[in-house]
Amino acid sequence: MNWVEYFLFQIYPYFCLGIFVIGCWARFDRSQFSWRAESSEFLERRTLKWASNCFHVGVLGLMMGHAAGLLTPPQLTEALGLSAHAHQLLAVGAGSIFAFFAAIGGGGLIYRRLFNARVKATGRPTDLFILVFVYTQLWLGILGLPHSMMHSDGSTMEILGQWCRGVLIFRPDLANLLKPIPWIYKLHLVTGMTLFLLTPFTRLVHVISAPIWYIFRPGWQIVRQNRHVANDET
Amino acid sequence: MKIRAQIGKVLNLDKCIGCHTCSVTCKQVWTNRDGVEYAWFNNVESKPGVGFPQQWENQELWHGGWQLGKGESLRPKIGGKWRILSKIFANPNLPQLDDYYEPFDFDYAALQNEKSEQVVTSVRPYSRITGQVMDKIEKGPNWEESLGTEFKQRSRDYNFRNIEKEIYGQFENSFLMFLPRLCEHCLNPTCVASCPSGSIYKREEDGIVLVDQEKCRGWRMCVSGCPYKKIYYNWHTGKSEKCVFCYPRIESGQPTVCSETCVGRIRYLGVMLYDADKIETAAATKNPEDAYQEQLDLFLNPHDPAVIEQARRDGISEAWIEAAQRSPVYRMIKEWKIAFPLHPEYRTLPMVWYIPPLSPIQEAASAGSLETLNGIPDINSLRIPVQYLANMLTAGDEVPVKAALNCLLALRAYMRRFQIENVRDTTLLQTTGLSEQQIQDMYRLLAIANYEDRFVVPTAHKEDAEDPYHQRGIAGFHFNQMTTSGKSRFSLWGQQGSRPEIRRHTGKGG
Repeated sequence: MNWVEYFLFQIYPYFCLGIFVIGCWARFDRSQFSWRAESSEFLERRTLKWASNCFHVGVLGLMMGHAAGLLTPPQLTEALGLSAHAHQLLAVGAGSIFAFFAAIGGGGLIYRRLFNARVKATGRPTDLFILVFVYTQLWLGILGLPHSMMHSDGSTMEILGQWCRGVLIFRPDLANLLKPIPWIYKLHLVTGMTLFLLTPFTRLVHVISAPIWYIFRPGWQIVRQNRHVANDET
Repeated sequence: MKIRAQIGKVLNLDKCIGCHTCSVTCKQVWTNRDGVEYAWFNNVESKPGVGFPQQWENQELWHGGWQLGKGESLRPKIGGKWRILSKIFANPNLPQLDDYYEPFDFDYAALQNEKSEQVVTSVRPYSRITGQVMDKIEKGPNWEESLGTEFKQRSRDYNFRNIEKEIYGQFENSFLMFLPRLCEHCLNPTCVASCPSGSIYKREEDGIVLVDQEKCRGWRMCVSGCPYKKIYYNWHTGKSEKCVFCYPRIESGQPTVCSETCVGRIRYLGVMLYDADKIETAAATKNPEDAYQEQLDLFLNPHDPAVIEQARRDGISEAWIEAAQRSPVYRMIKEWKIAFPLHPEYRTLPMVWYIPPLSPIQEAASAGSLETLNGIPDINSLRIPVQYLANMLTAGDEVPVKAALNCLLALRAYMRRFQIENVRDTTLLQTTGLSEQQIQDMYRLLAIANYEDRFVVPTAHKEDAEDPYHQRGIAGFHFNQMTTSGKSRFSLWGQQGSRPEIRRHTGKGG
């Protein structure tokens, strides 16, 4: 076995996940003030209005699609009456739609970050870097679509799913599993893992604190007692 | 009944000269930093005018404050919880930098460094956001100072609704008043309600509304939620910031910086006791014109033995009850009814109230060209239309504003006769329903305005909240971090649980 592949698909995922978990935890614990979305809408909205909406809807859709598609065991999808072929068609179809939105929105976001004087002057280099990185990852995914359409039997997808689940359940032969996979997917995998690696060091952490629980917050008002604040009881 | 206390504030607009000392001292203390150059926790607006940010009062534009939804339940005007979350990627109701102004500075060093003696050096403004030279400054934090800019622009003032405003554009009929504004520290704040992270909270002890900077994730909904536009987005830190009511000073019994430095002595601070159980009903009153009266009914009489008894049960300390009894704010709001909330129709139950200003009248009145009623000039002949003040302070209801203005005019008439002719002319007070003693008190508080009368601020009882013994030595040498022992439940590298919690007092809180 090629040692590069062994490193990338056997060791690197754990390296990335480890840094991701410990890094996020450390940042949340030691420097929570830096944990924010860092919106620049206040300085520029005209482009952001459509670009951010498209990008976020697209990327979130892709994220959830990947999670559902790759982590669900095939026994379950089949029990639901979804063949591997149909499963892949569904993934390609839904993925293409979300990717379309994300590509358009991401383009708009990169454009304003490069050419709007206010956003350019106030943004940090890492903001542009991580945006371009996510956008690259998006396009690597899109470039894998033609291969997907040509081999729609679902076998490639099944292998990728096995690999992802394998990472989570500590399977020992992960690198071997990916032998028959075309290089474009491998590249997509590596940048995908790197995204986890970079998350604790960039603004991407705001994804983790998406305020979904706001919906379930009882009532509207929040009143805190001094005693509770002082003793970190909130 | 659940009694809570709050440090309330009253501003006597009748004495505001628009010197902006409050704004400047506040700026120096709180917003003299990157990211909030444009922000003014306290600003003074010239009225009539569109204010800062532009047209902040027009909620058809910004959707701040509350509205009655289905079944007449209260919900933020920007939407319910789902709706608010749907705006998280791009918030259409967020004011832009240009709705405030592009912060600018001048390169003064250019004057010093210019070598040429042939040309006269001038300095041009540059943007404090981009650093680029600005061709023209088009907006500022107080762009309409003393009726600057043409009437057509200023007449977009929201308070002109239901008023034939054209005549006030004529020079002879023009009027001017100043409106100093800060966070209202509302009883029913929309900023708190609309924060998806739950980072904004109201302090139970003194009612101050604060943004927890650690918990804020920068979703920007509070900026839209607040109808007074007194939450500012710090573009540098990516967090929201607001007036903190100078809580470190308030806790130690001192007035806020804006109050302390007010040269006109127009600001008053004092404790208000209110019934926290009735907040929602009061805010959800069907008719917006009733909002002022509803809020007035929330405030409790600190001399009432039943109220005192309940306040003690609810953990309010003796010092605070005693301060509530001496509160100048309570007297002006509740006893004399000369102060009003700013835009009660937003249903946030604001806690910074205003005494409406009188306007030039007396000279003309004594010359016989104006109507007088029982020796008091007719309120309808005041230069500032009462409807304008009512639109600002009582959701359009003229009656309470007229009564307050009448009190102020009667006070002047009575004191003038008393001081010049040494005559106690009580007939002047008949229309006000106030006693001579009350008028004397009012005179003392409004005209003399001694420091200790204006500011009755009890100290916070921090010793009830935490044991100061355990705070010794917490600020020592640390790597990168100052005093925190970690923010997560498991505290990665901090010293967890090294400090046993001791609760000595049973008097406070439940």
